[in-house]
Amino acid sequence: MVAYIVRRSVMLIPILVLISIVSFTIIELPPGDWVTYQIENLRASGIQLNEEEAERLIKMYGFDEPVWKRYIKWMRGILFKFNFGWSFQWGKTVNELLGERLPLTLLISILALIVSWVVAIPIGIYSATHQYSVLDYIFTFFGFLGLATPAFLLAMVLAWNIFKYTEFSPLGLFSIEYMDEPMSAEKFVDMLKHLVLPLIIIGLNGTGALIRVMRGNLLDELKKQYVITARAKGVNEMRLLFKYPVRMSMNPVISTIGWVLPGIFSGEVLVSLILGLQTTGPLLLRAVLAQDMFLAGSIVMILSVLTVLGTLLSDILLAVLDPRIRYGGASAR
Amino acid sequence: MTASTEIFEDVLVADVAEQDDRFYYASQWSLIWWRFRRHRVAMISMALLLVLYLLAILPGFFSPYLPSTRFESYQEAPPVRLYWFDQNPEGGGFVGPHYYGFEKTLNKETFKYEFAPILDNPINLRLFAPGPEYTIVGDWTATVHFLGTDVEEAPPFMLFGADRLGRDLLTRTLYGARISLSIGLIGVALSLILGIVLGGISGYFGGLTDEVIQRLIDFLISIPSLPLWMALSAALPRDWPVLKTYFAITIILSILGWTGLARVVRGKLLALREEDYAMAAKAAGTGEARIIFKHLLPGFTSHLIVTITLMVPGMILAETALSFLGLGIQPPAVSWGTLLQDAQDIVAIAQHPHQLIPAAWVMAAVLLFNFVGDGLRDAADPYSDH
Repeated sequence: MVAYIVRRSVMLIPILVLISIVSFTIIELPPGDWVTYQIENLRASGIQLNEEEAERLIKMYGFDEPVWKRYIKWMRGILFKFNFGWSFQWGKTVNELLGERLPLTLLISILALIVSWVVAIPIGIYSATHQYSVLDYIFTFFGFLGLATPAFLLAMVLAWNIFKYTEFSPLGLFSIEYMDEPMSAEKFVDMLKHLVLPLIIIGLNGTGALIRVMRGNLLDELKKQYVITARAKGVNEMRLLFKYPVRMSMNPVISTIGWVLPGIFSGEVLVSLILGLQTTGPLLLRAVLAQDMFLAGSIVMILSVLTVLGTLLSDILLAVLDPRIRYGGASAR
Repeated sequence: MTASTEIFEDVLVADVAEQDDRFYYASQWSLIWWRFRRHRVAMISMALLLVLYLLAILPGFFSPYLPSTRFESYQEAPPVRLYWFDQNPEGGGFVGPHYYGFEKTLNKETFKYEFAPILDNPINLRLFAPGPEYTIVGDWTATVHFLGTDVEEAPPFMLFGADRLGRDLLTRTLYGARISLSIGLIGVALSLILGIVLGGISGYFGGLTDEVIQRLIDFLISIPSLPLWMALSAALPRDWPVLKTYFAITIILSILGWTGLARVVRGKLLALREEDYAMAAKAAGTGEARIIFKHLLPGFTSHLIVTITLMVPGMILAETALSFLGLGIQPPAVSWGTLLQDAQDIVAIAQHPHQLIPAAWVMAAVLLFNFVGDGLRDAADPYSDH
């Protein structure tokens, strides 16, 4: 087991390096380097900036050095000093900004993942055991509809309807009256109310695909001979279903975390933007529009790293749940 | 009587035999087509998609105005309704398809403009009516529009209402379809080239090449797509011409798009290269490129088509999201995403719900592609249950 975890973690290193390279490319991508741009900006806004100070700025950010040296400098800052760079747009360090925003992003993403499971697994089980029933068709239809509806549109329409019919504004994380209050039980309840809509929207976005996976797997599993044997022996249908087939067909669902997570992070960006949640999504959009590239690149990097870590966790979880993977994996790979 | 029944039975028997023959001699593609035809939802979706693309190819003909024409004092006007019977309480009766102009009044309580139809002046519509001149392709122009009116100085006929600047939303939706629907196809075409080449190399040669490409795919799949697309499109200069931005966006979308295709290609190649006929071709001294493209590729073309069809809606949604955020297609060019920018805040939607009409088109296109793809998936393997 430990060997398995170590092996999986080591395989992660090249991917992490690639992620950092891509993120750095993003930082470097906009035409013209931004120090020159910033110096021009400072001068345009009337700040006296003599050549020496301009030189100092360029040196400080290492723009007199070749690209690969800048990359190494940036990486060294992250790895040893945990310093992601400086956001010109906000006049703060990127760390500070991420520290404010990232916890909420994580909270929403993880809860959304749980929501999508809680919805998809029971529906998948029902659809498989009641194949071609009316409800199965209805779930399939809504699954398709969920795939076809862009999350941001759903967010807009639902928020508008909730506001119209209940006078409750689902925007932001807190209602206005709780905005400046210290944390209390009421404020917490208020926050939960505001979280329901984004969680449902982000979570449901991946649900359609998950239902398909769960349904397909369970259908395959139910055709297997051990199920027939158990049924022939008169095992109770419920027990028969949950003892092995459901457990077996959940494995692929767990292993798909790797491609559900990127979708959740993507959905979160748009939904937070529309519902006014202070997460990394709106921060990324503003950074991108203002070409504040250190911030934009860092956010892309952090989100990608989190996805990769999520995949690692799901692999470990899978190995814990399924002994065939932990013993078979070592020899097969 | 008996004689005729006998003849009838003879014909029937001959028919069955003929059908059997038809089945055995039919090519793979006609088998797939027969199978697909039985999938009713997919067939209807296919027909509707063709209609959508026809609208997108000829937006000038099907829309009554030009996308940049502004109608003063019609800002954010609601959709006009199409009637067959006269709505005037004194008149009444059948007058054919017609609509009514709007009277604009300021509501003194809410300080919002309200539009009410003027019922005593029906404006008749007819097919193939003259209208503003539009270009079809290059220098080829026309003035005939699908639906229009002969009435001089008629109030604008805006079936989807008007946008913030008083431009016809139906016209803009149709012109937007041109970009939104084609970006999916071109993006997928680019991904297809990348996917076949890289997946082909990976699956056919195996070994270290395979390992490297597979890790690359793992890596690309693990990056959240939207943040990466946003960051990449930020690097596009805002002042680029429309066409350049358009192709840049398709390239950005295909950077992540090819991975799924490459996986299909690789998986199928790995299976097919072990087949006897691949071995035979190799023994006969056929080159590797020829084996891949001539002998192996036809074996899974149908699966590729399924994957492609299911990829298009993702591309359409991605373009819509990027343009919606202001990072994709830039105004004055029109796409469904840029149209939805008008519906960005909830207050705007609450007051003018018709701004969400382009969203319905996005969803329709995506759903139709999904249904067609589903039907194709069932049909792709025509030998599976015979």
